[in-house]
Amino acid sequence: MSRSDDGNTSWRWRSTAVLGVFTLAAAALLGRVVYLQVFDNQFLQDQGKERHLRVVQIPAHRGMILDRNGQPLAVSTPVDSIWMNPQVISAALGRVPQLAHALGLHTRDIMTLLRENHARQFVYLARDLDPYAAQRLLALRIPGVYTQRQYRRYYPAGEVTAHVLGFTNVDDVGQEGLELAYNDWLRGIPGAERVIVDGYGRFMQDVESLRAPRPGKNLVTSIDLRVQYLAYRALKQAVLEQGAQSGSIIVMDARTGEVLAMANQPSFNPNNRRDYSANLYRNRAVTDQFEPGSSLKPFTIMAALLSGRYTPDTVIDTAPGFYEVGGYTIRDDSDYGAINLTTILEKSSNVGASKIALSLQPQLLYQTLTNFGFGRVSDSGFPGEVAGSLPAYQSWSEARQATIAYGYGVAVTALQLADAYDIIADNGMHYPPTFVHLDAPPVGRRVVPARYAVTLRDMLETVVSDQGTGELASVAGYHVAGKTGTAHIAENGGYSANSYMSVFCGMAPATDPRLVTVVVIKRPSRGQYYGGLVSAPVFARVMTGALRLLDVPPDDLANLTTTAYVVNLGHAS
Amino acid sequence: MIFNDFSPTSSTGDLTFDERLLRRLNLDGPLLVAVMALAIAGLAILYGASNEDSSMVYRQAIRLGLSFSVLLVVAQISPQFLRLWSPWLFVLGLVLLLFTLHSGHIGRGAQRWLSLGFVRFQPSEIMKIAVPMMVAWYLHDKPLPPNWKQLFPLAAIVVIPVVLVAIQPDLGTALLIASAGAFGAFFSGLRWRVIIMLLVLLAIATPILWHFMHIYQRERVLTFLNPQRDPLGAGYHIIQSEIAIGSGGMFGKGWLHGSQSQLDFLPESPTDFIFAVLGEQFGLIGALVLLALYGYIIARSLYIALRAQDTFSRLLAGSLTMAFFTYVFINSGMVSGILPVVGVPLPLVSYGGTSMVTLMAGFGILMSIHSHRKLIAS
Repeated sequence: MSRSDDGNTSWRWRSTAVLGVFTLAAAALLGRVVYLQVFDNQFLQDQGKERHLRVVQIPAHRGMILDRNGQPLAVSTPVDSIWMNPQVISAALGRVPQLAHALGLHTRDIMTLLRENHARQFVYLARDLDPYAAQRLLALRIPGVYTQRQYRRYYPAGEVTAHVLGFTNVDDVGQEGLELAYNDWLRGIPGAERVIVDGYGRFMQDVESLRAPRPGKNLVTSIDLRVQYLAYRALKQAVLEQGAQSGSIIVMDARTGEVLAMANQPSFNPNNRRDYSANLYRNRAVTDQFEPGSSLKPFTIMAALLSGRYTPDTVIDTAPGFYEVGGYTIRDDSDYGAINLTTILEKSSNVGASKIALSLQPQLLYQTLTNFGFGRVSDSGFPGEVAGSLPAYQSWSEARQATIAYGYGVAVTALQLADAYDIIADNGMHYPPTFVHLDAPPVGRRVVPARYAVTLRDMLETVVSDQGTGELASVAGYHVAGKTGTAHIAENGGYSANSYMSVFCGMAPATDPRLVTVVVIKRPSRGQYYGGLVSAPVFARVMTGALRLLDVPPDDLANLTTTAYVVNLGHAS
Repeated sequence: MIFNDFSPTSSTGDLTFDERLLRRLNLDGPLLVAVMALAIAGLAILYGASNEDSSMVYRQAIRLGLSFSVLLVVAQISPQFLRLWSPWLFVLGLVLLLFTLHSGHIGRGAQRWLSLGFVRFQPSEIMKIAVPMMVAWYLHDKPLPPNWKQLFPLAAIVVIPVVLVAIQPDLGTALLIASAGAFGAFFSGLRWRVIIMLLVLLAIATPILWHFMHIYQRERVLTFLNPQRDPLGAGYHIIQSEIAIGSGGMFGKGWLHGSQSQLDFLPESPTDFIFAVLGEQFGLIGALVLLALYGYIIARSLYIALRAQDTFSRLLAGSLTMAFFTYVFINSGMVSGILPVVGVPLPLVSYGGTSMVTLMAGFGILMSIHSHRKLIAS
């Protein structure tokens, strides 16, 4: 066999072999491409869509909370949060110092975050930035850094309305106060849309809107922001001046039960809740119960009037200023001698009140207190409201019956006191306290015949006189009816000699009340502790301003100048 | 068209101006047109693969221009001159490879790059040309088919550079160099029993090779066998690539409208996986056109090899052509999921510099071989 023959045969074979390999490879490739693009096309198209189409939520705007005049109390503003994808930014570590600088962080902080979350695709860098700042950061075009739009709740009045309004959490759900109570009304229904995202989960463009977001509804509250400011400022000043532990104030519309103002000390800034403290967040006006002391006496007197055995002029002998019941000694501040029911209230005689109580059927006293709302939760619907305590009359001892008459052995909240005094103010009609602005007059419930309420109001007017304990509560140009209360605070199983609850509850104008105000100050520590000295001036200051703001016509023009003089003296002292 | 060659025996008076120009420049018209068509189509595909990054396309066009001038220069060098310099090029390649292992730049976990101060390149690319040249040089004056004794130097010529590249590690390039050398040996008329024996040897060596493979290389083979075993990790590339190709359907989603390739779902889309971009945006029709273009280039190159007049030229042309074929097949095969993922770019289309220069130099050699045929009376 010649070499060239061998070579020729070999070459033919070789060409065939090469052509064969060529054909096989081409066939395999073509077959594969046809399989993928023709037979598997639909499946792979769906797989592709699954990767780049996403349904995302569109956050819905939460409704505003407004005061009764349309002033905004809580508004939702758009904010942007900055987040990063560690897996993307790790490929561009050179940009980290720039990112850190823009965020006001240290480079090593971000490096630590990256190290700790290297396997994750989502880490927050900064939350709740204002949209302009977020846009500036995004303009740096650092790979793996994105923004997320959310709504943040903002409270223009800050600590002044903090307790009434409460607050929302980061997910825009109400956590406390009216934000919680009316969450379903305020909250929006998030919408949904289909968007195109890229391989890093970045939003690229909208495709279609699946469901439009439904914004929440606005809530018009009963709060009058002007009165609220007035009440808050007066309370805060008094708590500071008296070195008190805490305080609460409620201003109520006497004709409707609408709460115009409710404030507490200490308060918190709802716009910056970094320092969480349950102590500050508590809306003491509804969550804290205390023994009301003498501020409960008007209801003992009411029970006496209702029994038919007493009139305002019925005389009780309170000499010698103390007496013993069931092992307890009940004392007055001094020996008032034989005095009538009006004077018992005016001087706040414990002996007189307890003697009357002991002469009444326990059931009648109990029923009267219950009818005025003590011992049960009011219908305000405010979250966290407590019922206080009023023991059933069947369990009363003689001593218990005597002490309840002047406000020991029962526990109430500031809101309950306001509610109860509101019944006296509104001629015996009860309108449940409400935080929502009422368009129509509410449906009331009669608790006592009008004449009893009017009688009691007349008696309470004497408290706010130069003879009574509540003289400092007087308001120039208006008749004021009210009652002081000074109660020892129960602690460690007994009553503390030096810690007091100073209370003043009252209404004006007394001839046709428009406002009911309750002031409670706990543990004043600067020497004064009588409700008539600590809380009554707060009442006077708030009422003076509020009656003027609400254009309530004066009912005591004759006394305008002289009373004003007295009030000024009270301020100076 | 492929075989419609201008005959070197015909008088120059029959030629058009264009044909005269091509002859003067030692170029082959059909091959040139096909290569340029592919390169220009590649620029368009790259624009769609790079998220419409015109600076990327611009850089690629510059490379293309540079590579084309390399083609022009190489085409002027006669095959005899190439043959004489083959050993020196081979030795230079070996030295550079050793130097790369010693002090090369490390990129993406592999030591592949060598810096000459102003430019960085991969010496392994030189070997894609130097190994088939060396094989052809070694065999050109030996009686063919080679005898047993000659097999060992031949094996050394192929295996030493392949091993040096494989340990960088760069399995894809090693594979291409090996195939170029092997095809040279194959075209030299290696006996069938020798070929079969070598294949058996390879089969036996596979488990040993497996032992020496890097973990990531093993991963790729396992992933190829079952992409779903780690869909978010190793299998991610191939799954995304198949989705991109498959969702293109018959006619594609349109240029610049590939949701997978444009939205960063397809990894390495401008480089190794650019075939998937084509498949998504231009569909089956686009893929067929591209493969047909490759087929034409390969067929024309094989024709040049067949018409070559001496052993050196024929072996070199044949092995360069088959290496190019391997190149295309491995890339499109891995992107469409019939081969494991090895880092082989799609020739003339993928974004990247050094391989473009090598490829164009190869086509320059083919054109030189074709245009420097001696005028033999028929």
